[in-house]
Amino acid sequence: MTILGHTALDHTGLDHAALDRTYADETGGGGPGWTPVCPDAQLVPELGAAALVAGRQVAVFRTFDGGLYALGNRDPFSGAQVLSRGIVGTRNGEPTVASPMHKQVFSLVTGACLDDPGITVPTYRVRVAGAAIEVKVA
Amino acid sequence: MSSRIVVAGFGPAAHRLVETLIARGLRGDLVVFGEEPRPAYDRVALTSYLSGRSVAELTFPVPDGVTLRLGCGVVAVDRDRRVVVAADGTREPYDVLVLATGSAPFVPPVPGRDLPGCFVYRTIEDLDAIRAAAGDAVAGVVVGGGLLGLEAADALRRLGLRTHVVEMGDRLMPRQVDEGGGAVLRRHVESLGLTVHVGAGVAAVEAGEDGRVARLVKPDGEAIEAQIVVFSAGIRPRDELARDCGLPVGERGGIVVDEGMRTADERVYAIGECALAAGMVHGLVGPCFTQAEVAADRILGGSAAFRGADLSTKLKLLGVEVAQFGETRFEDAAGALDVVYMDPVAGVYKRLFVSDDAKTLLGGVCVGDAGPYGTLRPFVGKTLPASPSDLLFAGAGAQTELPGDAQVCSCNNVTKDRIVAAIVEEGLTDVQGIKDCTRAGTTCGSCVPMLKRILVESGVDVGTALCEHFAHSRAELFDIVAVRGITTFSRLIAEHGTGRGCDVCKPVVASILASLGNGHILDGEQAALQDTNDKFLANIQKNGTYSVVPRIPGGEITPEKLIVIGEVAREFGLYTKITGGQRIDLLGARVEQLPLIWKRLVDAGFESGHAYGKALRTVKSCVGATWCRYGVQDSVGLAIALELRYRGLRAPHKIKAAVSGCARECAEARSKDFGIIATEQGWNLYVGGNGGFRPRHADLLAADLATDELVRTVDRFLMFYIRTADRLQRTSAWLEAMDGGLDQLRAVITEDSLGICADLDAQMERHVAGYVDEWRATLEDPDKLRRFVSFVNAPGTPDPSIEFRTERGQIKPIPVTVEVTP
Ligand SMILES: Cc1cc2nc3c(=O)[nH]c(=O)nc-3n(C[C@H](O)[C@H](O)[C@H](O)COP(=O)(O)OP(=O)(O)OC[C@H]3O[C@@H](n4cnc5c(N)ncnc54)[C@H](O)[C@@H]3O)c2cc1C
Ligand code: SF4
Repeated sequence: MTILGHTALDHTGLDHAALDRTYADETGGGGPGWTPVCPDAQLVPELGAAALVAGRQVAVFRTFDGGLYALGNRDPFSGAQVLSRGIVGTRNGEPTVASPMHKQVFSLVTGACLDDPGITVPTYRVRVAGAAIEVKVA
Repeated sequence: MSSRIVVAGFGPAAHRLVETLIARGLRGDLVVFGEEPRPAYDRVALTSYLSGRSVAELTFPVPDGVTLRLGCGVVAVDRDRRVVVAADGTREPYDVLVLATGSAPFVPPVPGRDLPGCFVYRTIEDLDAIRAAAGDAVAGVVVGGGLLGLEAADALRRLGLRTHVVEMGDRLMPRQVDEGGGAVLRRHVESLGLTVHVGAGVAAVEAGEDGRVARLVKPDGEAIEAQIVVFSAGIRPRDELARDCGLPVGERGGIVVDEGMRTADERVYAIGECALAAGMVHGLVGPCFTQAEVAADRILGGSAAFRGADLSTKLKLLGVEVAQFGETRFEDAAGALDVVYMDPVAGVYKRLFVSDDAKTLLGGVCVGDAGPYGTLRPFVGKTLPASPSDLLFAGAGAQTELPGDAQVCSCNNVTKDRIVAAIVEEGLTDVQGIKDCTRAGTTCGSCVPMLKRILVESGVDVGTALCEHFAHSRAELFDIVAVRGITTFSRLIAEHGTGRGCDVCKPVVASILASLGNGHILDGEQAALQDTNDKFLANIQKNGTYSVVPRIPGGEITPEKLIVIGEVAREFGLYTKITGGQRIDLLGARVEQLPLIWKRLVDAGFESGHAYGKALRTVKSCVGATWCRYGVQDSVGLAIALELRYRGLRAPHKIKAAVSGCARECAEARSKDFGIIATEQGWNLYVGGNGGFRPRHADLLAADLATDELVRTVDRFLMFYIRTADRLQRTSAWLEAMDGGLDQLRAVITEDSLGICADLDAQMERHVAGYVDEWRATLEDPDKLRRFVSFVNAPGTPDPSIEFRTERGQIKPIPVTVEVTP
């Protein structure tokens, strides 16, 4: 038997119908190819967030100096969609995120794994448009 | 080369001889007779046996190729026939005989010295006997205020006796310290509750009605009521075998040997405390080791010589550092100048002797702060690196480089040059490597800080830097954060680091900030420092889901609460498993389910179990005296109280604990960071245990504590650990790496030798008062809750990559395909 995304019963009284709408629905979508993912103010420096964009999972980061970066959310070593939950920092000045699974470090700029040359995760374009953060996956 | 070597005596000296002979490829038979029933052990560390070190830990490893005849003394030597006669009547022929019979404590010939209740302090058996007698005793007297006497006095004190020290001389430790130092030492000793009688001998030991020791009478008629008397008034070489077979002995004892450690008979050597070498009997282990090495070399055809030894000593007795080095017997001060530094308030006395042109260091005495010992002893006989008064202040001299021929380890006679050569040739990178290669630091350990310095001087990165962002160790960062009142990572790294941190330093700083009580770990900037587990207050699993572990203090839970856990697991489709820490793990929760699950649990009265944090995990317990027919104390009650006291306490690594209700130890407390075992009188506290990767039994830190004493001791133990441990260092490794080990730990937290106990106590009080349940606080804060989603732009959507199958009636993750293996 395969249980796909077994759903929780709700005991919090949160408005799930509202939660199920995506941010893009609410904002009416971005420019051509760009998808708004969250309000600009919601992306905290050094605290990544995951977004679902055109069926792809994207990890979006804002560094301490204000830089915006987006990588594929999937950790290639464990296969889990978790890179957005890693610790953001620097290595020799280059902004990085460490996988929360086994701590391999990836460059936020190039997506290259700095601990295992040859392994790279995809990078995506990301920008602030008005009050929203937007990501483009293709 | 000789074919049959017989050794009489198996103490440290004989052990070193045997080890050296075998390491250097001796061929032929080696037979060792030992009067004691066990192989040679570390007599220098004898007292640690009373604080829980086992005989096995004290015993030196015996190399292969030695025939041991233990519990069997040599009673006679027939030099003409070249045989020794053993106590069991057997005869053993020799080509070479080595006498290594050591010494015996001197017991002055006073009436009553043989009464039951009189002891000496030399062997494991002596300590067993003293410990057994201490049970019924109230007070004890040690006769002799020298190094060994004070050590014995400390032991009596720790056994809970009112303790007196009687010393013939006019001050304590007359051989090591001068009058000024003796006075400071005495004040220290008295402040610990010991009564010191100097300038006093013993007239008699008198028995009570039961025929056991009841009092010791001094020559002035004063009687000291005591049930135990320990004689420690010097040592006498055990030279009786030599005397009986006609070998020359000294006027005051000791087998006369030449510089090759050979007696008047060229086939007979004498080494260690039984030998009279270079004009004296050496009562310190260092020279005994050197003598053993010299004899081994001669037996193998070499020409090594023993021409006397450095008798410098540094020790810590009753929490007081005492050190003496070089020449310090200048009663008339002829040919020497002295400089004295004295601080009666702090209890520090230091005196240096220099040549009369004030250029050459001759020796020194320190009490209360032995700092100059490490830095200055190597300069004895050499030009002073700075002015004498500068050198006497703590820290001065620490920066001066040692001369190459300076002897760094006096126990094993290792010079700086030899250590540096070993570092370079063997590519050593740590203190352990130096110990293995050169033996330096393996005996009394007082030179270990020096070894670290030499590593640094030799350009070895001793690895205290946390990562590329901080050149500090965790303990140094802790001090910086605490002392400067830093509350944010941004300020810390701006002022003391470089870059923006990484997955090594950020969680360390997060943990330090949390230990110092900086609010919720997900507040403001702190959230970005946390590992994913702390970020989501749950443990990440291999498929990106999390596990939930509610706290079940002491493992005690009501049926109602058990039912709630069961219901929550069923409703959210979680996998359940009982953990080793006596609680229940709920696995397979997605990020967005965590608040929903915790809402249910918090409403039912559960709190975070911190299974995700480097923090106190659980205090396990057995059912204890309430139910168990063997139990002597309420182990469950104590475990709950401790778990509630320390819940949420962040630390360098996880902390596990347990409480057993009696010595049967069903809670496995000795495998924990701190473990408590009930006794009839109270609680025994064990620390530094570990299961897991490197199992280690916890060491007994204190015995028979009342509950409030226990709590205070654990408070200090934990806070001292939190302050000073390295990143991810469990208490076991921390304790093993501590200079001075368990004794040092005890000095710090029970005798307040660093003067930090008030601070440690206050810090723990702040922790206890400031505790809030992290999950409850998170549920009350919409900003924090907003992060618990799989997707910021689709908060209601679960991560579609997470899939489960069922196995044995529960869910199990479907493995994902990975293109790389880590
Ligand atoms: C409590 C205590 C603390 C100490 N602390 C320090 C310290 O901090 N620093 C320091 O440098 N030194 C210290 N010492 C001194 C140190 O232990 C000795 O210098 C060292 O043990 C001497 O070694 P040894 O082998 O010559 O003699 P011993 O250790 O005395 O060993 C001799 C052995 O030979 C056995 N023996 C005797 N006669 C016979 C026989 N006829 N046949 C067979 N066996 C026989 C004895 O039973 C004994 O086991 C301390 C000693 C004690 C007791
Ligand atoms: S440790 Fe003692 S009290 Fe506890 S369960 Fe075992 S036997 Fe009973």
